[in-house]
Amino acid sequence: MINTLNLFIGLAMGLNLLALASSRLPSVIRAAAVQGMVLGILPLLLEEEFHWVVVLVAVGTIVVKGFVVPNLLRRALRAANIDREVKPLIPFVPSLLLGAAATIGAVALGGVLPLRAEQTGSLLVPGSFATVVAGFLMLVGRAKAISQVCGYLILENGIYLFGLLLINTTPLLVETGILLDLTVAIFVIGIIMDRIQKEFDSLDSNKLTTLRE
Amino acid sequence: MGRRKKGRGAEAAPLAIRGRGGTAGGLRAAGPGLGARFGLWIPAVATVMNEIALILIPLIVAGVAFAWPDERTRPWWLPVAGALHVASSGWLLVKPPAPAPGAWLGFDPLARSVLPMISLLFFVSSLYAVAYLRVRGERRNRLFVFSLLVLLGFLSLAIQAQHLGLLWVAAEAATLMTVPLIHFNGTARAFEASWKYLLVGGTGIALSLLGSFCLGYASLNAGGNGDLTFNALARQFVGLTGNFARDSHPWLVAAWVLLLVGYGTKMGLAPMHTWKPDVYGEAPGLVGVLLAGGTTTMAFVAVLRVKQIVDAAGDGAMTQRTLLAIGLFSMLVAALFLLGTADFKRMLAYSSIEQMGVLAVGAGLGGLGVWAALFHVWTNSLTKGALFLSAGNIRRAADGRDKNAVSGMAWGAPLSARIFVTGLFAITACPPFGLFFSELLVVRTAFATGSLVTAGVFLAALLFAFFGLTRLVFAIVDGRPRAAARATKNRFHETAGVILPPLAFLGLSIWIGLATPPWLSGAWTAAMQLISPAP
Repeated sequence: MINTLNLFIGLAMGLNLLALASSRLPSVIRAAAVQGMVLGILPLLLEEEFHWVVVLVAVGTIVVKGFVVPNLLRRALRAANIDREVKPLIPFVPSLLLGAAATIGAVALGGVLPLRAEQTGSLLVPGSFATVVAGFLMLVGRAKAISQVCGYLILENGIYLFGLLLINTTPLLVETGILLDLTVAIFVIGIIMDRIQKEFDSLDSNKLTTLRE
Repeated sequence: MGRRKKGRGAEAAPLAIRGRGGTAGGLRAAGPGLGARFGLWIPAVATVMNEIALILIPLIVAGVAFAWPDERTRPWWLPVAGALHVASSGWLLVKPPAPAPGAWLGFDPLARSVLPMISLLFFVSSLYAVAYLRVRGERRNRLFVFSLLVLLGFLSLAIQAQHLGLLWVAAEAATLMTVPLIHFNGTARAFEASWKYLLVGGTGIALSLLGSFCLGYASLNAGGNGDLTFNALARQFVGLTGNFARDSHPWLVAAWVLLLVGYGTKMGLAPMHTWKPDVYGEAPGLVGVLLAGGTTTMAFVAVLRVKQIVDAAGDGAMTQRTLLAIGLFSMLVAALFLLGTADFKRMLAYSSIEQMGVLAVGAGLGGLGVWAALFHVWTNSLTKGALFLSAGNIRRAADGRDKNAVSGMAWGAPLSARIFVTGLFAITACPPFGLFFSELLVVRTAFATGSLVTAGVFLAALLFAFFGLTRLVFAIVDGRPRAAARATKNRFHETAGVILPPLAFLGLSIWIGLATPPWLSGAWTAAMQLISPAP
């Protein structure tokens, strides 16, 4: 059980690095989407007994993170006619190295933090921290709006992973609320991105520099 | 979601009523036959309705306004909802409901000490909104009116939330509802501001979710049963020893840091303040009022609630130090930027960052400092209302945004300029305005607790801010009016609709400082005892 779980989390951690290293935007979107789907399956592994709400949350996560949002992003990509992250603020190799260092650090940190008996040995905490840092790196280190949104998605994935520690105790009401909020957030981001595209004729957030001291 | 909450509230309410005794007993006496069956339930329903009404009124009116076909009359739904909201929160302020233990939602002392202010802020701004949207007749207002009302609903929900998860969901929803408000003007600059707000605010809110999870996990490790209501959490961490303390403490520290950064981003504490100048600079003035007085207050309430839990766990020294440090840092950063900025709406953003610093310092001092901070929430928000609305008027009259393009507004928009200058003296804490009293109380608390360095830095930052603010305000008010202003002079009229609301805010700001009503100071005292109980 814990081995299957760790296998999936390890996969998600690998996808972090893939997203950090890739300069082609479609592969970044794919990495974030696959990661979302992998994480969507996890609640089903963790829940001891079958519960329809858990299944619903899992299916919702997989559909939204794996299909709806990536399709939205791909459409924006086509509309903007861009394919690559050309000049990231943090270049690809350093950001990959930082991501790898964060992964190692997260595993070390996960060993220090006290976990509950039934979760000892799982990669939930290191996986979550590594994913949050990877997402954050993409958020601050990339220039294209789409890469930043992917970074935000990966950051959310990391937090979702952490939330699984609490799945047996937090009321599902809260979890559904969280999922709903995230979905709306991504849609709002999508709409704004569309407007930026129309207004500036590109999705390069480097051009958003009018407002400063 | 709504059904579940209501259910919880209804379960808890009879308990509350029994505790109060008086009202229920009175009703029973009036109708002895009904007594046994309805005596308990009639007031119970009334209680539940009132707390939930604060959330439902704006949401229902939002739905009506969204469906309303007429562009010209739709904005009138804003004051309708505002008036109802003021009435119900005022009623709850004067006649506070008894606490309902275990409920997810409640008008507890902390909600009671700030929510009526938000109702008032919304109501006065909504009157301005009617006039503003008439002037801006060229833009569709359906989404704007709808988002304003939903924002009020979620603010009420977040401030009344007694559950960690519910608080986060409501805070995030409120954040999202402000995005359409920020890009109401539809300019390229407005989109840039919305984008930065989404990314910075989104990251902040994501970190606060991570912090909430850490706090939940700390509670599990401390032997909790998954009850994430604030009172249960605070009770649970008191006097932990042995394995429970060892396993929960690292998580608790992580939770405090992440939640402070997360909700601090929403508050606009430095160094997480970067979205604030852009957003306040580009959003319509009345949105600035609700952001500077509403969402920041919501985030401050969230920080106070978390502080209550972490303090209960015996980490009071840590919360105190971090809040003082981040508060003073925000004040200094804001004061330095105030000395440099040229845009008078961005100036208001830096002033707001400074006031958030004051709140953090007050909360960090603890005890009477918390009381002063709650007082300051009122004085600052009401004064900011006057400043943002009059700045909005000046911005329209001058057709420019910084001191290089705007001057002589004492001629261009005489009434707004007067309100703006008076507001300047109010926000820089000149007597007799409210901020003088609230900031004085913070300084006195700092001296009383022996934090001389805090008091010194605090006063220095206030002084710098005073220089920065007066420099810019007089640059745009005095001097010869520019050509652009002359051209728009005939197009902008200072009607009662755009002058009376900021004037009302100024009046409220004086009233709250000079004649703080006892039911209000009583509410702050109750909240202080909740957040920072005397040892």
